[in-house]
Amino acid sequence: MKKTYKIDVDCAACADKMEVAAQKTEGVKDCTVNFMTLKMKVEFEEGADAAEVMKNVRANCKKVEDDCEVFI
Amino acid sequence: MNKKQKSLLIRIIIAAVFFVPLYLISEDIVHVELPKWVIIVLFLIPYLTVGYDILRKAALGIKNKQVFDENFLMAIATIGAIVLGEYGEGVAVMLLYQVGELFQSYAVGKSRRNISDLMDIRPDYANIEVDGELEQVDPEEVEIGSIIVVQPGEKVPLDGVIVEGRSAMNTSALTGESKPVDVEEGETVLSGSINMTGVLKVQTTTEFDESTASKILDLVENASSRKSKSENFISKFARVYTPIVVYCALALAILPPLFVMITKVGMGSYETVGKLWMDWILRACTFLVISCPCAVVISIPLSFFAGIGGASKQGILVKGSNYLETLSEVRVVAFDKTGTITKGNFEVTAIHHSPLEEKMMLEYAALAECHSSHPISLSLQQAYAGKLDQSRVTDVEEISGHGIIAKVDGHDVAIGNEKMMTKVGVEFHPCSHVGTIIHMALDGAYAGHIVISDELKPTSKEAMAALKRAGVEKTVMLTGDAKSVAEKVAAEVGVSDFRAELLPADKVNAVEELLAECSGNKRLAFVGDGINDAPVLSRADIGIAMGALGSDAAIEAADIVLMDDDPIKIPKAIKISRKCLGIVKQNIVFALAVKVVCLVLAALGIANMWVAIIADVGVMILAVLNAIRCLFVSKL
Repeated sequence: MKKTYKIDVDCAACADKMEVAAQKTEGVKDCTVNFMTLKMKVEFEEGADAAEVMKNVRANCKKVEDDCEVFI
Repeated sequence: MNKKQKSLLIRIIIAAVFFVPLYLISEDIVHVELPKWVIIVLFLIPYLTVGYDILRKAALGIKNKQVFDENFLMAIATIGAIVLGEYGEGVAVMLLYQVGELFQSYAVGKSRRNISDLMDIRPDYANIEVDGELEQVDPEEVEIGSIIVVQPGEKVPLDGVIVEGRSAMNTSALTGESKPVDVEEGETVLSGSINMTGVLKVQTTTEFDESTASKILDLVENASSRKSKSENFISKFARVYTPIVVYCALALAILPPLFVMITKVGMGSYETVGKLWMDWILRACTFLVISCPCAVVISIPLSFFAGIGGASKQGILVKGSNYLETLSEVRVVAFDKTGTITKGNFEVTAIHHSPLEEKMMLEYAALAECHSSHPISLSLQQAYAGKLDQSRVTDVEEISGHGIIAKVDGHDVAIGNEKMMTKVGVEFHPCSHVGTIIHMALDGAYAGHIVISDELKPTSKEAMAALKRAGVEKTVMLTGDAKSVAEKVAAEVGVSDFRAELLPADKVNAVEELLAECSGNKRLAFVGDGINDAPVLSRADIGIAMGALGSDAAIEAADIVLMDDDPIKIPKAIKISRKCLGIVKQNIVFALAVKVVCLVLAALGIANMWVAIIADVGVMILAVLNAIRCLFVSKL
């Protein structure tokens, strides 16, 4: 299952960090963050609860870059 | 400017107003007697005004074990400078760093808007007639088959067929072609095109999510998610660059002064041991200022984004940065013939050796082919012109690469190329005409052949010449047609090689062979019209589908989609990719070179903090401006 979320972040390097953080989140199979369009594309593991996983993704992103937002 | 940017701007201005007089005083350019501690406290005002968020983020970074981010580096470098008594430098670095951040954020926001303006095909509303009055509704709510009204000057919100009215349409947002297209009843209009002259009533054929405009927007918006090698390289680079520079800075702060203290070599140039340590720690702080990789990290994705945006304005949709990168390395281009180099609208030009009446033969041929949507079948049906009663045809069998066997009015009809005649064991007359020759056998006896020819597209020849000029070494035409036809077309357009009489599966093999010939960094692109060649499109390094407007299969299979079917767009796409990649390389080399030079100068103590921050911010600004050049591709 793939879903796209809107994000807000100020710098390209931070977007890269968010990408890595999201990829490491449990339940996420793959993730790409597009800084230019401010979008995060998440591919979930099979059977993962998207809403629950995204909460963790958001928390992990906040950890690496305080000044970011993932609109779930 | 958004709210964040505005508040940053105000903070920068306030800090600058405080900073300039203070700096002049501290450097003794303006003589005002102030105790030292007052100056320090006063310097803290602009420092904290402009930099408090950086300090906060740095603290949070440490808490979250994200030590090597640029906030941390800036915080350490500036605090270090202030502690060492270089108040002016410390505050200036923070101030200029924020100026750079503001500029970057503004430039990125601006180009985001520019590019979405370029792709301004998203319809805002649809007009629906309710009780004789027009009502504006959300296009997402319009069901398939509804009648919508499109007035002059409005965007067509959904794909559909005109049921009433005629007009001229501007399709430039979709195809890059600015010449208006005339449309009338029964013709299809695509969402995103603009109605110019008359009122149209359109019966919709798609839902909003499936409409051409939505699909194009989706494609462009998702394009830069597929990252190129350069982008991956830079993000990996950024991950190692910063830690390396930080460790170097640490080494620079500790090792040389230790060395001097132990060996006493060069101690003479320092008054005290304290001064020795200060000098090297300050150099290390300068190092940290240069360690921020922002310039390259921001400019590379920006270049690709701008390049993809500029290309889509020209009717060239690139599905990802990686494809733009590969396209710039293309040295061999293979073409499908029909519909790509030629127009694909076949016409029956002659009928030979038929024992039947010509009209009668055409009727049988058209009937046998009436279930096929192959361009040749369509041209037969068109040439017959009469109404075809499909119930007269039974037992239709299509043999790929050969033709069709069917029963028409109870007679056995076999129709197709020479292979077909050999297959059914009928002797045939070869034809002296150049064109596609369709032989027919009726009840096991030869019934003559039909000559069908195709026209070259007006720009095919020019496109081949332009490709050659753009450095493409080899152009190959692949076709299922007879050798004689292929030879003639190949000579006319000037392709360097051709392969004829290929079955659909052979085309994949032909591309495999060509791929095997490509060595090193040479890439192969295949251009097709998306009909029957999806496997070839996906096998080539780069699949280019042309005239793909409205063809889902082609858009799906291809990496690059040309919205109209003009072959001149192929060299254009290659030139755009080259320009874009050129800019990417310029930025990488330029930014890294400046950084390395500054690092060396800082280590030697020649470059101070001023030089470091100006180099850092300056490089970033130049790289961003350079990246934005990717947007301007219309004259290529």
